[in-house]
Amino acid sequence: MAAALLEVEGVTKRFGGFTALESVDFVVQPGERVGLIGPNGSGKSTLVNCIAGTLRNEEGSIRFEGQDIRGHAAHRRIRMGLARSFQIPKPFASMSVLDNLRVPLLYAARKHEKLAAGRIVEEAMRILGEVGLAGRAHAMSGGLTQVDMRKLELARAMAAKPKLLISDEAMAGLSASEVDDILALLFGLKDQGVAVIMIEHVMRAVMKFSERIAVLVAGRKIADGDPQVVVGNADVIKAYLGE
Amino acid sequence: MSNKVFAAAALAVALALAAVTQLIPNDYFFTAAYTVLLFVILATAWNILGGYTGYVNFGSAAFFAIGAYTTVFFYNAFKAPLPVGIVAGTLVAGLAGLGLGYLTLRLRGVFFAIASLALAVVLYIFVVNWDYVGGARGAYVLQPREIPFGLPRYIHLIYAVQLVMAAIALVVARAIEHSTLGRGLAAIRDDELAAECSGVPTLKLKIFSTMVSCALMGMAGTTFPYYLSYIEPSSAFSLSYAVNSIAMPLIGGMMSWMGPLIGAVLLGSVQQLVQVTVSSAWNLLIVGVLLVLFVTLAPNGIMGWVDAWRRRKGR
Amino acid sequence: MEVSWALLANAVIAGLLLGGFYAAMSVGISISFGMLDVVNIAHPAFIILGSYIAYIVNDRFGYDPIVVSVAASPLFFLLGMVLYRIYYICFERRGQESLRGLAFFFGILFITEVALVLIFGVDYRMVSTLYGDVTWRAGGVDFPMRLVVPFLVSMVMVVGVQLFLTRTFFGRAVLAVAQDQLALRLMGVNPVRVKELAFALSIATAGVAGAFLIVIQPVQPAIGREFIGLVFAVCVLGGMGSILGTLLGAFVLGLAESFTSTFFGPSWAPAVSFGLLLATLAFRPSGILGR
Repeated sequence: MAAALLEVEGVTKRFGGFTALESVDFVVQPGERVGLIGPNGSGKSTLVNCIAGTLRNEEGSIRFEGQDIRGHAAHRRIRMGLARSFQIPKPFASMSVLDNLRVPLLYAARKHEKLAAGRIVEEAMRILGEVGLAGRAHAMSGGLTQVDMRKLELARAMAAKPKLLISDEAMAGLSASEVDDILALLFGLKDQGVAVIMIEHVMRAVMKFSERIAVLVAGRKIADGDPQVVVGNADVIKAYLGE
Repeated sequence: MSNKVFAAAALAVALALAAVTQLIPNDYFFTAAYTVLLFVILATAWNILGGYTGYVNFGSAAFFAIGAYTTVFFYNAFKAPLPVGIVAGTLVAGLAGLGLGYLTLRLRGVFFAIASLALAVVLYIFVVNWDYVGGARGAYVLQPREIPFGLPRYIHLIYAVQLVMAAIALVVARAIEHSTLGRGLAAIRDDELAAECSGVPTLKLKIFSTMVSCALMGMAGTTFPYYLSYIEPSSAFSLSYAVNSIAMPLIGGMMSWMGPLIGAVLLGSVQQLVQVTVSSAWNLLIVGVLLVLFVTLAPNGIMGWVDAWRRRKGR
Repeated sequence: MEVSWALLANAVIAGLLLGGFYAAMSVGISISFGMLDVVNIAHPAFIILGSYIAYIVNDRFGYDPIVVSVAASPLFFLLGMVLYRIYYICFERRGQESLRGLAFFFGILFITEVALVLIFGVDYRMVSTLYGDVTWRAGGVDFPMRLVVPFLVSMVMVVGVQLFLTRTFFGRAVLAVAQDQLALRLMGVNPVRVKELAFALSIATAGVAGAFLIVIQPVQPAIGREFIGLVFAVCVLGGMGSILGTLLGAFVLGLAESFTSTFFGPSWAPAVSFGLLLATLAFRPSGILGR
């Protein structure tokens, strides 16, 4: 059996007296499309931060491509191919959209994929074309619309040529057609063999996109499997709708 | 314009200015120009960490004084000539910056800023108590009797050296700004977490930026003991360096190498002119007020106005 | 040097008395930096301002400086409100608080110091109090009243602030705003107003602490900068935003400085706070109590 791309085993994260994640196990295969859902405060973002390296889990292990990445700084993880977008977009506000993409293209590229200086702009424009931002390439990133900022977030993650991309609530607060835009973008990644973890509350998007869904409630994983089965699970329904 | 071309141009301008101004008979011009050039170096150096990377250093005086006192130390210990003192002062200041950065840059930018301010206070106490470099009484550095290049007075030489050092500082700043490193620093400044998650090794870059910035600030101080051939702590650690190194980039514009240059030349010249009429305390008060006014009302400085005007014209 | 029981005891007592005073100086930073996340490095400037106001009135009319500062505290409160308004409009709202906010407060610190130099010059100023020269002696240990009186009033002030924060509605709103602004808004409380008043409180405490300072030692405009390391060291040592922690941190610092002063000389005192701050940040950034 092929080795899993990402193996999260027994991860526990505490903030003082509060346990945000309790012994969470989670596996992602190469190229897989996984949805991660759960009520607000269930620990989804904490899990993302632990995987991405912006938070340190107290217990448990995280392995990427078989390698233990405990202690690896976030910038090392992205160079290994583990990219994430931020729930609240964090553009480099003093730079144009194009220049925003230069940063991951210059810093996150793995050694054998390092681009020659002249090719960077070309590659950035190609990615912007994929996300539909090519026309805004020279606009200041601070003044973009919400949906464009979400696209830039994903574009920046894509510029790192990831093997796994974690999309953290990229569709929150968007209109139906904007949601479809982002969904198309994420589906496009599938064609490039990129595994995606989609964290969302927009259920129709999650159901459409995911091959598998995991559910986090109060820091614990309570379900993990086929989407239709998971959404029919009594515990899951209880978690969302209450008793 | 590539870095090499700019460097050559900057050096040429510096040497040309040095040659041309030899014709000026008034010695006061050289002392005033020396001070303005000192601020050009200090402001440019500060901006590498401040404007480019987004980390505020309140201890510019400390690194300036490190440069100055290293020169004194090497003069006392080895009778070292000026060039050796300059190199030594720059290196020691850079190492001090490395130390400060290594200890505090893992934490929030706030703590780096506070630590830099506290460093200035502590270093002052240390120097005041260190008799080998003169302590509170001060130290003398003898200007050599033979002045190279056939210049009439020693101040002319110091002024020329300062011109070259200013050119070096500008070249270094510009090279960083336009490099991959510069883009990484800008990303850190705009959003450090996002930069880290885009693959930028933020800690390494911050420490490097601090080291370069502090080294150049030390370089600014290396000629100071020779300027008056005397140095004592309260002038080496003068409050003027702390406030001006922040005010000048802020007023000139923090996003590019031109801002600190403009800010230093403008504000520095104004201070030199004003100094003859009002006391130095009033002078500093005005600089402080300008700092607060610009940071609240015009945070992008003069270059910010220029950019906005250019963008409006382009429409 | 002979280390006698009396020498040690005196160092300990002086350290504790100073510690109480340091707590009064730092409680404002615990609020503004620890709870509101505003890096007010100009805090010591307001302490020095308080010292000078106490000095003027004491010099002119002979009133006790501490009484004067308490009477003047509404002025400082107002000043704090105005300052926060400016800070909020220019920086916090625009999300620029890191670099520009720091530069702003540095400018305020700087202007205050230079203005004081212009008005009063660089000479040290002292106050005269009824108890300034009185020293109680017990068991070979000195209790100088110039340290004891500020210590006692400091304790009253610090305890008062703690009670305010934990027992009153407004005080608890301040504690809440540090943790969850959204929840506060949902409760109908304007977080900006809460922060404004809390910041004003921090400046008011600074003004009063200034009187303590000038009772304890002579003051000149530049010493404000020496205290920056101290007040932030106390705040960090105390775990940022905990009044009890501030008290503990202040005592630790007071004792450390007292011992340094006794055995190495008083001029190294600012180095102690700097060293402690760095050590805490390097090894235990969550402070003594550790949150």
